[in-house]
Amino acid sequence: MAEQLPALILLAPLFGALLVGLAGPRDRRVCFPVVLGALAVSLCSAVGVLVRVLAGGPVDYFVGGWSEPLGIGIQLRVDTLNGLVLVVIAVVFVLVGVFSIRRAGEENTEKSPQYYTLFLLLAVGVFGMTVTGDAFNLYVLVEVSSLTGYALIAMGSSPRGTVAAFNYVVMGTIGASFYLLGVGYLYMATGALNMAQIHEIVATTGAGGSRTVLVAFILILAGLWTKMAFFPLHGWLPNAYGYCPSTSSSVLAPLVTKVYIYVMIRVMLGVFGAEWIFEHVGWTNIVVWLATVAILAGSLLALAQTEVRKMLCYLIVAEVGYMVGGAWLANRWGMAGAVYHIVADALMTLCLFLAVNIIVKRTGRLRMDAFDGLFRKMPLTMAGFAVGALAMIGIPPTAGFFSKWYLLRGGIESGHFEYVAALLLSSLVNAVLFFRLFERAFFGGNPAGGHHPDRTAAESGPTQQGWVGDSTLLGGEARASTLGPLLAAAALVVAVGLLNGPIVSAILRYFENMPVLGAP
Amino acid sequence: MDDSVHSLLPVWACLASLLAVPAIVLFRREPVLREGATFAAGIAKLAFVLAMLPVVLSGKTVECTLVEGIGGFAAPIRFRVDALGLLFALVASGLWIVTSLYAVGYMRGLREHSQTRFFAFFAVSLSATLGVAFAGNLLTLYLFYEMLSLATWPLVAHHQDKEARTGGRTYLTYLLGTSIGFALPALVFTWQKTGGHVEFDSARAILAETNLGYWPALLLLLLFVFGFSKAGLMPFHSWLPGAMVAPTPVSALLHAVAVVKVGVFCVLRVVSGVFGVEILRAHDLGTVLGWIAAVTVLVSSLIALSQDNLKRRLAFSTIGQLAYIVLGAALLSERALTGSALHIAAHAAGKITLFFCAGAIFVATGKKYISEMAGLGRAMPVTFAAFFIGSLGVIGLPPSLGLISKLHLVLGAADANRAGLLVVYLVSTLLNAAYFLPIVYQAFFPRGAAAADTPKFSWRGVREAPWACVVPLSVTALLSMGLFFAPGVFLKLAQAFAAGVTP
Repeated sequence: MAEQLPALILLAPLFGALLVGLAGPRDRRVCFPVVLGALAVSLCSAVGVLVRVLAGGPVDYFVGGWSEPLGIGIQLRVDTLNGLVLVVIAVVFVLVGVFSIRRAGEENTEKSPQYYTLFLLLAVGVFGMTVTGDAFNLYVLVEVSSLTGYALIAMGSSPRGTVAAFNYVVMGTIGASFYLLGVGYLYMATGALNMAQIHEIVATTGAGGSRTVLVAFILILAGLWTKMAFFPLHGWLPNAYGYCPSTSSSVLAPLVTKVYIYVMIRVMLGVFGAEWIFEHVGWTNIVVWLATVAILAGSLLALAQTEVRKMLCYLIVAEVGYMVGGAWLANRWGMAGAVYHIVADALMTLCLFLAVNIIVKRTGRLRMDAFDGLFRKMPLTMAGFAVGALAMIGIPPTAGFFSKWYLLRGGIESGHFEYVAALLLSSLVNAVLFFRLFERAFFGGNPAGGHHPDRTAAESGPTQQGWVGDSTLLGGEARASTLGPLLAAAALVVAVGLLNGPIVSAILRYFENMPVLGAP
Repeated sequence: MDDSVHSLLPVWACLASLLAVPAIVLFRREPVLREGATFAAGIAKLAFVLAMLPVVLSGKTVECTLVEGIGGFAAPIRFRVDALGLLFALVASGLWIVTSLYAVGYMRGLREHSQTRFFAFFAVSLSATLGVAFAGNLLTLYLFYEMLSLATWPLVAHHQDKEARTGGRTYLTYLLGTSIGFALPALVFTWQKTGGHVEFDSARAILAETNLGYWPALLLLLLFVFGFSKAGLMPFHSWLPGAMVAPTPVSALLHAVAVVKVGVFCVLRVVSGVFGVEILRAHDLGTVLGWIAAVTVLVSSLIALSQDNLKRRLAFSTIGQLAYIVLGAALLSERALTGSALHIAAHAAGKITLFFCAGAIFVATGKKYISEMAGLGRAMPVTFAAFFIGSLGVIGLPPSLGLISKLHLVLGAADANRAGLLVVYLVSTLLNAAYFLPIVYQAFFPRGAAAADTPKFSWRGVREAPWACVVPLSVTALLSMGLFFAPGVFLKLAQAFAAGVTP
């Protein structure tokens, strides 16, 4: 049983999607238990695999037992790198699954079975992209996750969401085509589609020097950058995530860009190899500068937004810059920081999107005035939001601080001070962004003209001096099924921060046999 | 090490006030119980701190690791209580109790809004302060430093009006901006240079071996010193006058004692625990830091002379006094470091009294400006007497602890052969006298038009603030005087710290 776990991660949501698709329309009550059950199986399998990997090294799984590398034998491979990412994806899916219990029904009254089918298929695609060891198979799974993603975005009632989804379809298809083209070139040059095999051929034979491989790399990178919204290829993201149904944005925003970052790192380390990338190609400086521009542009564009959800979307663009830059610093601290940031950023983005979706729903407002006086009305929701926000700013002990800590070290060690400066500047911009909201949430929207103790005393009266306006402390809170996932995500942001030592030391151990990343 | 004792006491001392927050929120409708929770936490906190006193006085340190570092690279979250940390903790937790009493009088006297929020964040701030005092490494220090910035922001912007919000924004912009912009890279740079050691003394040992060049060392020092801008060194000082929009108890404890002293405490820690006296002497970096501080001392004193708003004058005076402490650290002599550590306590006792008085005057009369206070001494004799004693403490005249600390600083400057900096101390003392004593003199002996308006003193004419305000300010004034005659514990702790870090 234990050796089937890598496949189980994929199969549980796949069969779950079938079941929901078939039985859901007849009886909607089927949907939720099936969804949660399937995702719980995935989560347990992912955790089980990660435990095995940490104990005994990478786990290989050949679908159908076809270990013969010829033909289209599909290999699944789990090592420390994607083991971690798998667990995080599963956690996000489970939390958003719980979050969507009643949300999905409210937002797509007629379509909730279809929504859940797509939701599970998205899980299949995203898990698959992470777990696969085959470059072509990766393309197939990219399409699975993208197609479901387009549909999930277009599902809402907002016309802007539909337009955004169309925009995303165009950009996404171009990106995927670039990737496919790159894989084609790679197949021409090496005759292999299995990642490990390609790596071996590039590293040991003369194929590494061939121009075809270089072109393949450029095409693949361009494709992945489009898919991960790396500035200036980010155009599709803000509207797509800003105007889609809240349940869709809660799962897409934390995961999709992060999974593509993982795929980029996998392609760099697992397909072309770190030596080939950093010594043969050696575009480190250019890409780190691009990442620096991405960070600054994302932050500044976020500053210009008036709607909270779109502000968060531009922050994702900036965060993508963090990770691309970290991965291209060409040392183990930057790379470890990027991988750790995948975990951290997925959780903190989840936290922020859940909180903002709750708030937008409750207040019916998209702009910043939605936050007026919220610490009084919804203290727990705001607490969850605050944890996510502090993580984005980079305040210890949240996960966001420690990922910056490692990325900064990578930047200082490799001498890329422009990247270091951009990271710090973006933290400061984030501080401005979020404290603008905190100020509204603490002190309300309209500042009073002056300090009049008598006025305030008359308002609150001598007996009621507390900060809670209504009769109960949690009277204005959201319901437990939406608040629970938010608070769980917030707790995870702090927990991952405190556990940064073990996580990063596991990641660093993975880089031990890559001398180009620096000696441990 | 054999001279360290493992104990959870520092954790409890730090958490005591944080654990009171749920009780404070829960009892938000019962002000008596709510303030009871504050006092209970304050007394518990002080008790935990005092329990560590014998251990530290015997030359040992109290240590406790909360989150282990893994594999030699991840910094642990660790508490380590030494003489300097305990001195600061003792000052902060002791004065918190007094301030809480004062806060009750002040907030109720003015019928302020959102008192629960006020007391809750006050408690959080105290936890963060003790966290900084007990931090065993740079990471822990930074963690609690940021926590303090965030927790004090709702207190600064308490009034919620436009002015308060502007003050709050300035406050956060300066404190977060410098800590993220300067202190964080300095921290990561140290961490990288030392190969993952950010514990105070081991970082110093490794940095001494790595032989940092002059420019990297200077840059690192400046990043740290300006990064911890709670120390108020110019040009990163203007958050402090801006923070004076806060209710006076906040100004008194946080912006004369806890927050600003956290800033200078961090500078002292960095100077003694990360760089170490040898490196600073070898590169002659003490001179650079010393003159930055000296400029701050003189300029802030001159600005203070021109302020008519009493709290703003006190704020600029605080900036100057903080720079005294930094200057003492920059002198790198044992006596100057003793003086620096002792001045944390001396200035705290004096300045908190002055702020209490400013608040008491505001509660009783609604007056904020010095020009309005002529002749007020006859109506509020206790308050102005306390103000006089507090001024003596800050100026450094007997009978006050300020004299002892200032004497150490001046002698330390002489030890270090820095005549220029010695003159700065003396000139600034004159300026201190010039901006404080006229206030007291005018209050008791008004001249001109004010004299005509002021009635002759009579017991019936006394209009003091509520007793909850007057008692604390009398207590701190007496404390400032009493410590002149019995500086024992504080002096011992300061000397132990200075002896430990100078070769």
